[in-house]
Formats: sequence, structure tokens, C-alpha cells
Amino acid sequence: MGEQMLETAERTSLQALARAELPGLYALARQLAGTSAEDLVQETLLRACRSIHRLRDPKAAPRWLRVILVNVWRDGLRKAGRDPREIPVEDEVTFSLYRTLAEEDPLPYSDTMHVDFLGAFSKRDVQLVLGRLPDLYRVPLVLRYIEGFSTTDIAQLLELPPGTVYSTLHRGRQRFERALWDYAEESGLLDDHDRGDRPGERGTS
Amino acid sequence: MTHPIGCREAVERLWGYLDGELDGTAHGAMEAHLAYCLRCCGELAFAREIRDVLRTRGAGDLPGGPLERLHAFIDRLDTATDTGATT
Repeated sequence: MGEQMLETAERTSLQALARAELPGLYALARQLAGTSAEDLVQETLLRACRSIHRLRDPKAAPRWLRVILVNVWRDGLRKAGRDPREIPVEDEVTFSLYRTLAEEDPLPYSDTMHVDFLGAFSKRDVQLVLGRLPDLYRVPLVLRYIEGFSTTDIAQLLELPPGTVYSTLHRGRQRFERALWDYAEESGLLDDHDRGDRPGERGTS
Repeated sequence: MTHPIGCREAVERLWGYLDGELDGTAHGAMEAHLAYCLRCCGELAFAREIRDVLRTRGAGDLPGGPLERLHAFIDRLDTATDTGATT
């Protein structure tokens, strides 16, 4: 009887935890799995149900759920024959947005051009830019800068050496900067900005 | 004692410095470089802005439909695990 009561209590606490963490979990799932995000969250919660008895520190629960979600996502990719750790041969990008902006001077009337350039991107713009990056680069960026995992944590989650994660993050940041620049040029973002449209309010999602 | 570094090396270490992931020696070398190099200070400030862009604008607004369905799924979690159901 005691064991059954314990299981019920654990499930009830998992349900409360899942409800509280659902927006963050689903947001992370969308970053990793796109249109399969809902399935990923469901599978995560089922796996969490099976292992909640191993959770000792309630304060660690939000992070514990996210770790499970990344593990489920990674396992799913492997089952499908896709490995998020595969590094393409052509992956050397040397790009500095800071220097490109200084050289190209796309906002000649701005005294704070670097900040204004970034200010021209709405949330939707930034998400479209992120979406252009391959999983290999996007996922570590999301885990590091949106979810707040350390490089060491990401290495464990993706089963990679820390040095590989460090260099992948480096390349990912460069690709993200390059993608910001390309997107601004292709979409006419800076033309809008020059005409005085309010940055950050274009086409919110 | 830290060895002096040039801009190329400083830029390579910029994000590690920003993210607090450099060891003591590398951190000290960056501090010494940033103490006099205005250009690298500018790059550092810009990297901080990019990090903020990712943090504050990288995650999208969430559609309500899937969240409602997931809430319903959570309500049924006990029966789902009792029957061993998986999706």
C-alpha cells in the first residue's frame, strides 16, 4: 500500500511539475523538433513518469525534464538514422558581423549602427534566421543561449567531447551572424529601418 | 603572469570570456587586452548584444492549440502510464 501511495504522490507531483513547465518544455521542443514538438513533449512526459522516482531534488526538476526532452529528441533522431553530431565537411565559416557592419556601413545616418542593426530584427525575424541554421549548429545555440545549459552540460546531452561543443558553438555563432546579415539584405530589413518603420514590430508571430 | 595576446586571439576567445568559460590565465589575458583595445571592447559589447538577441528573441510565441492538447495529455498521464501506453 505504501508503495502505491508513493507512486500516486509522485505522479501527482509530476503532473503539477509538467503543467508548470509546459510552456518552456514546448518552446524547447519546437526549437528541436519543429512540427513534431507536441509528440516530443508527450514522449518526454511519459519517460519522466517512468523515472520520476529517481528525482531526488525537486529544485532540479525543471532542468531534469529538459534533459529528458533532449535525450528523447536525440534518441529519436538516431532511430531515424540522423545523427545531430555529424559535422559536414564544408563547415569553415569566417565571418564577423561586427566588422562587416563597420565596413559596409548599412545605416549611414545612425550613430549607434551596430545596436540599430540588431534592433531592426523582430522576434519573428530572429526565429526565421535561427531556423535557417542546420540542426548541428542551431541546437547547441538554443541549448546554450536560450535554455542556459553550460558547454559541459551540452557535451553530456549530445554525447560529444566538450572541445567539439565549444568549436561547434563557435561556428554556430558565426553562422548565425552571417545568417542575420544575409537575412537583412534579402528581406530589405534595413530599407524599412531607414524609412523609419519601428524596429521589432514587424510581422510578429 | 599572463602573456599578452593580440586582437585575433582576443576575438577567438571573446565568447568564452563573455560566457565565463575561460580558465584563469586566459581570462587574465583577455582582461589585459581589453584594458587598452577599444576595437575588441566594441566587439565584446556587440557579442553581448547578439547573445541578448538570441536569449530574448530566439524563442517564439507558442500557439494555444498544442498547449491545450498537452494540458489534456498531462491530465491523463496517470492512466497513460497505468496502461503502459506510449505515443
